[in-house]
Amino acid sequence: MDFNDTPQEAAFRSEVRAWLEANAKPKSALGFSAENPRFQRNEQESLKIAKAWQAKKAEKGYARITWPKENGGLGGTPMQQVIYGQEEAKFDVPSGFFEIGLGMCIPTVTHYASKDVASRYVKPALRGEEIWCQLFSEPSAGSDVAGLKTRAEKDGDDWVINGQKVWTSGAHYSDYGILLTRTDPNVPKHKGLTMFYLSMKSPGVEVRPIKQMSGGANFNEVFFNNVRIPDSQRLGNVGDGWSVALTTLMHERLAVGGGQGGSGPDIKELIGLARETELEDGQAIKNASVREKIAEWYVRGQGLKYTTYRTLTALSQGRVPGPEASIAKIVVAPKMQDLSSFAMDLEDMGGVMVGEDSPLMGAFQQSFMWAPGLRIAGGTDEILKNIIAERVLGLPADIRVDKDIPYNKLPTGR
Amino acid sequence: MNFDFSDDQKMLKDQARKFLTEKCSTKVVRRILESDEPYDKALWKQIAEMGWLGTAIPEEFGGLGLGHLELCVVAEELGRAVAPVPFSSSVYLATEALLIAGSDAQKKKYLPKLAAGELIGTFAIAEGPQPPSPKTVKATFKGGKLDGTKAPVPDGDVADFAIVLARSADGAGERSLSLAIVDLKGAGVSRRAVKTVDPSRSQAELTFKGAAAEQLGAAGDGWELAKRVLDRAAILMAFEQVGGADACLVMAKDYALNRYAFGRTIASFQAIKHKLADMYVLNELARSNAYFGAWALSTNAADLPEAAAGARISATDAFHNASKENIQTHGGMGFTWELDCHLYYRRSKTLSLALGASRVWKDRLVTHLEKKNVA
Repeated sequence: MDFNDTPQEAAFRSEVRAWLEANAKPKSALGFSAENPRFQRNEQESLKIAKAWQAKKAEKGYARITWPKENGGLGGTPMQQVIYGQEEAKFDVPSGFFEIGLGMCIPTVTHYASKDVASRYVKPALRGEEIWCQLFSEPSAGSDVAGLKTRAEKDGDDWVINGQKVWTSGAHYSDYGILLTRTDPNVPKHKGLTMFYLSMKSPGVEVRPIKQMSGGANFNEVFFNNVRIPDSQRLGNVGDGWSVALTTLMHERLAVGGGQGGSGPDIKELIGLARETELEDGQAIKNASVREKIAEWYVRGQGLKYTTYRTLTALSQGRVPGPEASIAKIVVAPKMQDLSSFAMDLEDMGGVMVGEDSPLMGAFQQSFMWAPGLRIAGGTDEILKNIIAERVLGLPADIRVDKDIPYNKLPTGR
Repeated sequence: MNFDFSDDQKMLKDQARKFLTEKCSTKVVRRILESDEPYDKALWKQIAEMGWLGTAIPEEFGGLGLGHLELCVVAEELGRAVAPVPFSSSVYLATEALLIAGSDAQKKKYLPKLAAGELIGTFAIAEGPQPPSPKTVKATFKGGKLDGTKAPVPDGDVADFAIVLARSADGAGERSLSLAIVDLKGAGVSRRAVKTVDPSRSQAELTFKGAAAEQLGAAGDGWELAKRVLDRAAILMAFEQVGGADACLVMAKDYALNRYAFGRTIASFQAIKHKLADMYVLNELARSNAYFGAWALSTNAADLPEAAAGARISATDAFHNASKENIQTHGGMGFTWELDCHLYYRRSKTLSLALGASRVWKDRLVTHLEKKNVA
């Protein structure tokens, strides 16, 4: 047992590090202080910086390390992708704008579209020139996304789209999207779906930001009013949309090693707060109940970190990682919610204050307001538990009362 | 990155599992649970013959000279089998104490016999229903003589010798305690088996009245050494706990798949599916924390105390959860003597207390984090 790189991994790591040192600045030590520039950029500025950085990475083949060279990748291994990610995380570089496109949409397009079509879209996406979004979820189809309503009706060589999508990350700055629609409401729900890609600039597409309970607007509603899509932009056969969507979602699950917790405050910040907070019986860090909580969350965080190491070991040895990687979000999200709530309790009456009036610029408060979303996005806690129960433990799937009923005969409760 | 056991270690684990499946069914565990027999002597003898007792003892002292990673994989299987033998007392505690603190003469005297199973050792630190500490330990070790009472002492009724934490100087400071090795068959020692929640493992009260004992490690080092021994044992025991927790998940899953209610297998109800998914999550976290402990133990890393606390807290949490929710999954049947659920529930609690409760380890963990200025 050791945590060392193999000689090949070490060589790749130093290559990557040298390139990063030449092209980026190390991460700011300012952390959660107001001077940290990351608190001062708006989205437009961040996007501009991100596009420039993505272009630089693409030039070197680092934009998608596991993709073949002819698609602009490096033809590397999943372990090399992880090593790049670990090293890049030490630098002050933007992230996040291209993950959905490169991680899910483009692999789906390359899988189902003709070679010519795919080659038109792959490299601009890789270079950050074109951003993609994923148009699946709807107001009444979240966990049960196959129950979606958005209609696509054939009209000559075109399809005419009417309906509404929701929780679409990045739709407001996206150039293209992959869109899951209902083409046949007369058959059971999984069988009447069809996938398309389209330009987000198409007439009749309207993007409206959703104001989240946290106050921010990271997601959108997207409305389709008689939007025309040529049949040539269909991905997969008519009625096969569900299996196309599963391809997309499978690519989502293949993404490994990413920091699931984001950049929110964690144990280090909680210990810092506990040191600085004077409770009725002395310094909070000396309080037994505070220490117990710190220990519990620390052990969960470490358990997850070492679980990732087990996954990386499998990757490093060229094996398929075990199912243990599936526990990450179900641990991170509730921990984030409980930890931030507890930190606010330590601040006592003052815990209600946010921003500059609060320790760490209100990072715990922000985390507290963001955590409910993290427990839902990308699979709710409950759906993730179903997935573990069914795919890892081999327990039976839920009994589906809608399995053989035509979509338009399903009870909707509305 | 090579954060996994080697193929040889995995093979040893498979062998251990196969052996224990054959020789240590729950029938064997129940025989110890339901009788006055303190442990399964035949099983103990076979375990000794396979060399497991000397896994981490160097060859020069009669062991296999393998290492702690090998011991970890054996421990996991012993935990899965709820084995009714004094393995943890003799191997994780007495042997480890001698390895880190014994003089050359002491190692020569005890380790070969521990490795061969000719001697059973134990570690006596508790004095009744409160955590032992420099403030509370009353037993004394002065002028080569031990006086006082220790209880509960795991396997204290069957051990040949005990390593005892006792007061060697006045005051409540950490330097007031020392470790002493005492022959439990010698003069001035009396013992009485105590009843516990887990009769598949025996425990005793030891009373010393001027019993001759020899010092282990330097005078005044007792508390520091005890903590080091507990750290090492915590990692090994975490593997036992992980094995036990895994056994509970398998048991709960098998039962849920085969039990029908309301016209369907109960494994198809989300209330059960989510319960088992929660078990899986805690078990995996515990396994990963235990792996880090194994790495720290095998490399004598500076992070060993932190790794030990992490492994122990996580494994205790996982086994407790798995053993209680296994009963819950079995419903009324789970509460019967006849089903095996209670064997794990008992063992889980016993292991969780054996080296000190989670509460104590959580406090120690945060102390390490503060020192490291974590993080």
